[in-house]
Amino acid sequence: MSTSVAEHETRHEALPARPKELAMHFDTLHQQYSTGKLAMWLFLGQELLFFCGLFTAYAVYRGNHQEMFHYAHYFLDWRLGGLNTVVLLTSSLTAAWSVRCAQLEQRKGLLITLALTFLCAGAFMVVKYFEYSHKLHIGAVWGSNFGVATADLPPALLEKYPGMTGQQLQLMGMGTFFAIYFCMTGLHGIHVLVGMGLYAWLFVRALRGHFNRRYYGAVDNVALYWHIVDMIWIFLFPLLYLIG
Amino acid sequence: MAGGIVEKPASGEVIHPKVHYLNASKGLKSWLVTLDHKRIAIMYLVAVSVALLLGGFWAVLLRTELLGPRDMILSNDWYNRAFTLHGAVMVFLFIIPGIPASLGNFILPMQLGAKDLALPRVNLMSWYLYVIGLVFFLAVLFLGGLDTGWTLYPPYSSGRDIQWNLILSYTAVFILGFSSILTGLNFIATMHKLRPKGMSMYHMPLFLWALYATSLIQVLATPVVGLTLGLSLVEHMFKIGIFLPQYGGDPVMYQHFFWFYSHPAVYIMVLPAMGVQSEMIATFSRKHVFGYKAIGWSSIAIAAIGFLVWGHHMFVSGQSPTAGIIFSLLTFFVAIPSAIKVFNWVATLYKGSIDFKSPMIYALSFIYLFGIGGLTGLFLASIATNVHLHDTYFIIAHFHMVMVGSVLTAFLGGVHYWWPKMTGRMYNETLGRIAAVMVFIGFNVTFMPQFVAGTRGMPRRYANYLDEFTIFHQISTIGAYILGAAVVLQAGYLLHSLFKGKKAPPNPWGAASLEWQATSPPDFHNFTEKPIVMGAYDFENWELVSEDAGYRLKREVVETGKSLSKVH
Ligand code: HEM
Ligand SMILES: [Cu+2]
Repeated sequence: MSTSVAEHETRHEALPARPKELAMHFDTLHQQYSTGKLAMWLFLGQELLFFCGLFTAYAVYRGNHQEMFHYAHYFLDWRLGGLNTVVLLTSSLTAAWSVRCAQLEQRKGLLITLALTFLCAGAFMVVKYFEYSHKLHIGAVWGSNFGVATADLPPALLEKYPGMTGQQLQLMGMGTFFAIYFCMTGLHGIHVLVGMGLYAWLFVRALRGHFNRRYYGAVDNVALYWHIVDMIWIFLFPLLYLIG
Repeated sequence: MAGGIVEKPASGEVIHPKVHYLNASKGLKSWLVTLDHKRIAIMYLVAVSVALLLGGFWAVLLRTELLGPRDMILSNDWYNRAFTLHGAVMVFLFIIPGIPASLGNFILPMQLGAKDLALPRVNLMSWYLYVIGLVFFLAVLFLGGLDTGWTLYPPYSSGRDIQWNLILSYTAVFILGFSSILTGLNFIATMHKLRPKGMSMYHMPLFLWALYATSLIQVLATPVVGLTLGLSLVEHMFKIGIFLPQYGGDPVMYQHFFWFYSHPAVYIMVLPAMGVQSEMIATFSRKHVFGYKAIGWSSIAIAAIGFLVWGHHMFVSGQSPTAGIIFSLLTFFVAIPSAIKVFNWVATLYKGSIDFKSPMIYALSFIYLFGIGGLTGLFLASIATNVHLHDTYFIIAHFHMVMVGSVLTAFLGGVHYWWPKMTGRMYNETLGRIAAVMVFIGFNVTFMPQFVAGTRGMPRRYANYLDEFTIFHQISTIGAYILGAAVVLQAGYLLHSLFKGKKAPPNPWGAASLEWQATSPPDFHNFTEKPIVMGAYDFENWELVSEDAGYRLKREVVETGKSLSKVH
């Protein structure tokens, strides 16, 4: 069988320089890298649709129960949410920076930025922990389990609406708001945890010196994932905390 | 250059490879950790066949129970479990992953002349996720079964006291969804990045266009059902009040979410089947497929419009009448690209030199059965008739026409079509034809009476019925037995061929897509030489050597490395 001249050339070119990171079914590192990246973008598209369902539920219930959402926002502390927003934005910066470090083979910078991203994610989860435990403590939870004693209501709420009782809120269906709140932030939190796992993994690989100028796809793709997790929070924050 | 896989000795003697992907390494472990798409495809084929038999077992029980109007062999409770498990297993474990994950997995990289899918590890992972889903459903069976219907509507499902079978079912569908998403994104990445030089999108076989459209839906729709069932799981455990009315939730929202996936999912099922169909029709008419671009783009159109019609499952759910009218109109639109395909297949047959090999018999049944399935979809799409026909046997017959009549038929046809390539053996052609005709007859006998029973008011999901429906049910049950017998017959001769079948030549059918340039079964790396890239339907490049030796590339093609076709 006669193959064309061009084909011969590519075959011979690819053979001697075959780097160890190159999987057997790719011809070049660039092809491998761009394939991984395309797959990651598709995965992120999938992630967006995954969250879309919850955003739809949010929209439907908010449309039908304006007042419930209004009262509910008093339960959320915008300062804690704001703090978390800053923490996540910082981590996005360090994530992007880590990609740059990997591309430039700055080993120390790479390790630092990966570690910082991991720590920011951890800080986010700590704040989340305090928010959650307070709500669970006073009984600001989902469905018919919602039951907050009037004494535990947020002071700002009582100030604006004196005479409001926990029972009134319960009858208003506040449990549904918290069902949505916990599902959305919970699902997002799971993604943050996964992100922490990924950054730990990258850190170990970077320690072992796996990445170089031509092979840094993993750092790039995890950073993409991390930006999406961030972006979802950027929507969650105003929709949940800032709806006065 | 001498040698290579395509050049056969002039005598027409066929070279059978001694070492190929099946025996390149040995032992169970070499299969369980394999990254080879061909082996993963075979493992998928085995797994989905298990699911098919499991689902079929329930179907036979259901039909036997319906032989008479009163209780026959199943209690009412077990009847409910039987139809739920039948539906859930068939939909989530057989028909959705069926063609793409088994045939697609094997054939897609080969039709591109590539060595593997873009992400081999992800591919293996999707198989393991699938198997976990399968095991969960088996566990459900032993935990007392599930009786909610495959649609798992609340409040009947998640609103109950916490029970393992529901927890496992939700988790299983969630995991299976993930498996399906991974397959889809892997396919898209492969088609974009591993296509060889010289093969544009318009040179790809139509099977790949169909898989592309399928993958788009898998990636974009499946997460929504994942979320829905994930929420249902949380709802079931904590009663959070998103879908359950007694806690302030909205069950109609569940239906919206569920069908937002599950309608596109019917195209996840049927599009790959249409792809297989296009290959078989063209190959056995020995004619360039008619309307290539129309068929290719209609796949994409179906995928796109398919996202906008989910409300046709909810005409009587209390959704707003305006929404109903819009959904009805859009549903009519989706029939257009479906019809485009049918017309093009028929036009391909016209003046073709038709060869009634077993896969072709399936392909011809497909045209007929899909025609009826699609047209009855239109009855259901118009609101006034829908109100009368909703939840009757008419619906059952409609979707079995498309899901079994079309998808199962194409799956079986595809398995026969690529069997020589996958296993390196020929099955018994006479038995193959008999089985194909039995499937066609059995299928019609089963479902035609159900249309009639449905229009006369026989509701779905009942174990007992009025005496006047007896005759329809009895005929239908006989048909189901014929269908069952055909499947048993197939299993028999296909397995037999693995051991005793004649060795298959590289290209027994004279098909022109690239996988036929590889040996049967293919090498571990798929091709021992780079295949000559040519149009997928350039049949004029191949000439018949003999019945046993199949077809070989013409000398000129081998020498110039160029297709003889003028179509492109
Ligand atoms: C030509 C295009 C089609 C049209 C216009 C159409 C229309 C419809 C309509 C309006 C319904 C709702 C009936 C009701 O519940 O009241 C329906 C149900 C259904 N269709 Fe189709 N259909 C088409 C093709 C398909 C295909 C290709 C498949 C699968 C491969 C399919 C599978 C189903 C299933 C599974 C159901 C019922 C689900 C259930 O309630 O359990 N349809 N179809
Ligand atoms: Cu539908």
